[in-house]
Amino acid sequence: MIQMIVTILLAGLFTENFVLSKFLGICPFIGVSKKLNTAVGMGVAVTFVMILATLVTYPIYTKLLLPAGLDYLQTIVFILVIAALVQLVEIILKRYIKPLYQALGIYLPLITTNCAVLGVTILNFTNDYNLYTNGYLYAIINSLAGGVGFLMAMCIFAGVRGHLETCDIPKGLQGLPITLISAAIVSMSFLGFGGLAEGIFGA
Amino acid sequence: MNKLQTFTKGIIRENPVLRLVLGTCPALAVSTEAVNGIGMGIAATVVLVLSNTIISLLRNVIPDKVRIPAYITIIAGLVTVVQIVIKAMAPSIDTALGIYLPLIVVNCIILGRAEAYAAKNPVVYSILDGLGMGIGFTLALLCMGIIRELLGAGTLFGITITANVIAPMTIMVMAPGGFFVFGILIALINKLEKKLGPVDRSSGSACAGCPSADMCGANEQAPEKEVEA
Repeated sequence: MIQMIVTILLAGLFTENFVLSKFLGICPFIGVSKKLNTAVGMGVAVTFVMILATLVTYPIYTKLLLPAGLDYLQTIVFILVIAALVQLVEIILKRYIKPLYQALGIYLPLITTNCAVLGVTILNFTNDYNLYTNGYLYAIINSLAGGVGFLMAMCIFAGVRGHLETCDIPKGLQGLPITLISAAIVSMSFLGFGGLAEGIFGA
Repeated sequence: MNKLQTFTKGIIRENPVLRLVLGTCPALAVSTEAVNGIGMGIAATVVLVLSNTIISLLRNVIPDKVRIPAYITIIAGLVTVVQIVIKAMAPSIDTALGIYLPLIVVNCIILGRAEAYAAKNPVVYSILDGLGMGIGFTLALLCMGIIRELLGAGTLFGITITANVIAPMTIMVMAPGGFFVFGILIALINKLEKKLGPVDRSSGSACAGCPSADMCGANEQAPEKEVEA
């Protein structure tokens, strides 16, 4: 079990990073990574919603949709649950936890259509975590690892972009092209983590 | 704008991927092979045309306040149908596209066109707009797929082209290659900006309806509201 958890964590953080190797959540990765504080805010908000979404969608799928043979409704149910959940969280935070709302509130409405959130809830089942006895725990660990991996990629990339501002970039590459090419280089550095979990456990 | 222009604008002049910079996630993820690009493109086009049709028909019925959830529900329903059809007809495409197939739901091209076009225009125009945008999306994916497959695997549509002559650069079919090819393509398109005429990414032509419109990469010039907030 510990081995499984560590493997999931390492995969989410390094080898199968959501942004840099699965291409989930590229929009916020490119759009909100200009400054470190906004990158951190977005990353924390995404992690928070991802864990929450997994907490809610996992039981819905295993206890409700699968026994009723409605698993083909996965996509439509998950996106509606996520949309409703994000609204609910926003209202609750606004009413009861003011400081947290001020920190994360502005990012919450943007997260509904973030493919990383819907992606992780679906990935929990394509990874077959529901076949394990501790499946719920694994799914939550997976969304935690995915979210923190997203946060980490955002922070690293915010640093890279900070340096880009002062660089003399050829005219044709200014703006989006050079941002994407730097993302390619950051992503390439993450390839170096390949086989990390296998190496640790000698599998 | 006449019908022909409505149809053709999405193909090159307002290409959703390369000019409006929408739907980048699937564009990067599935363009490892040209065939996957076409599969994804066709799936998204079908959803886009149908969602534009339905939303345009219902544009006077859906209350303004709940329009985004209504659109998402319609789109999610259509995606589910397409998913089931692909699973039955082309299981290999289904495996290749993996989770990116259900993720068409959150593809901002579809929600963006619903909000920016179908909600305001008659059915025929909305269908043509969806078809044009869908073909533009497919062509962009195909273009990226061809480049990445040829450089990264030395094949095209699975047929060996250069793999025997030059050792393929495997990195092009991996994640970094996706970012790199996309960056270079955008740079090329920017170079052609003068010929194609400028495109206003922040206006209704882009994904103004998408909740992340203000922050997403589509609006590079948009003021950073989040800083003051």
